[in-house]
Amino acid sequence: MQTVKMVVTGPFNAGKTEFIRSVSEIDVVSTERKISSALEKTVKEATTVAMDFGRITVDEDLVLYLFGTPGQKRFDFMWEILSEGMLGFIVLVDSTRPETFREARSILETFRAYAPTPYVVAANKQDKKDAWELADMQHALRLDPKVKFLPCVATDRDSVKTVLLELLYSILAEMEGGEK
Amino acid sequence: MALRGNLRDFTITQLLNLINLARKTGTLIIEGPSETAQVSFRDGKLAYARIGREDGGLASILYKANKLSAGQYRAIQQRASSISDKELGLLLINAGYVTQEDILTNLQQHFADIVQRLFTWVEGFFRFENDQMPPEDRINVRLDLENLIIEGSRQLREWEQLQDEIPSLDMALKFTDRPDANLRKVNLSVEEWRVVSYINPKNTIRQIANATKMNDLEIRRIVYGLLQAGLVEICRPEGAPVPQPARMFPTENKEEQKSLVNRLINRIRSL
Repeated sequence: MQTVKMVVTGPFNAGKTEFIRSVSEIDVVSTERKISSALEKTVKEATTVAMDFGRITVDEDLVLYLFGTPGQKRFDFMWEILSEGMLGFIVLVDSTRPETFREARSILETFRAYAPTPYVVAANKQDKKDAWELADMQHALRLDPKVKFLPCVATDRDSVKTVLLELLYSILAEMEGGEK
Repeated sequence: MALRGNLRDFTITQLLNLINLARKTGTLIIEGPSETAQVSFRDGKLAYARIGREDGGLASILYKANKLSAGQYRAIQQRASSISDKELGLLLINAGYVTQEDILTNLQQHFADIVQRLFTWVEGFFRFENDQMPPEDRINVRLDLENLIIEGSRQLREWEQLQDEIPSLDMALKFTDRPDANLRKVNLSVEEWRVVSYINPKNTIRQIANATKMNDLEIRRIVYGLLQAGLVEICRPEGAPVPQPARMFPTENKEEQKSLVNRLINRIRSL
């Protein structure tokens, strides 16, 4: 059995667990704990402390694993471990919380430094009425226009599929580009 | 119990607070990421500070503060290297080169700068030696710690923000391809121009900092400004060995790798 992996990262409460849950064929193995910080508690009750883990069986010989990184900064020592051997990564950003954009940018730069693998950035919660527009977010996140920046609703399977497919297209394009 | 530990568990702010409140006398020795600092206190007030291999002598401090010319500094080094800072200070005052206030102000500024730099250290072992005081030949000051702690905490917040923005100094910078970005229309300070002159994908931010003699905080401040203005962007340094990712594919064969990605695409489409 062959296995490959992709990493879903992003700031606290960006929607990483939901993203993986939407496409995983197994119940996401999630190591969530009650939040201790009063400030973060106002956003959600539990957070991922080690990682989320989802699986998509491609065929009888191949399995894709999806790993979600812990969102809280104090667990960032896990990031490098999780990024080892990944095909590519997805940076998920909460479109309704501009105060997390700077951290998202920092996470993106950190993962880029770990491995020169393809990546896409997804603006999650685009279905919410207070979501920022993609063009504004692109400026706020200082994303190069060449970087794929996609709208996303992590609870919607089709939306998650689109993000995963765009990452796979980038991986394929890079493989083909590398051969020229 | 001796006052010793790791900055990860007990920060510089907490240490200075403790020294201030307990009115401690002695020397705090901190083994930082790349150099060691020694900061001495008398009754909870800053008396002396030295970092790394810096000379820390009066002549070099006054020279850096433009209170002595290069010629005067050279002459002191050649002819008066054996006299103490206290004697040198008296000689300089009597010769009319500097005033007593010049000496005290510049020493205080120099020691305060060293303490401010320590606020950016988040890793390193420290110990407080109660009976160790600065060398006898050095001039001590008496500087209240409260203002240093407040200023240091403010800088720490800025430092944390800048570290979020620019997590690694081992990346390089390149000018953006934006057609509307024109350096000639931008008002840059002398320091910013110095950094701009080194911007090249071959130079890491750390190398630029070394070339321009800036510390981590100073270079991050300037790079952050250039990034915010959209003039530059961060890139992987050219010519640097690309980190070899751990094996991404279960096979080394390129065609099999492509086939694998295509199988993944087909599977995701069918979900």
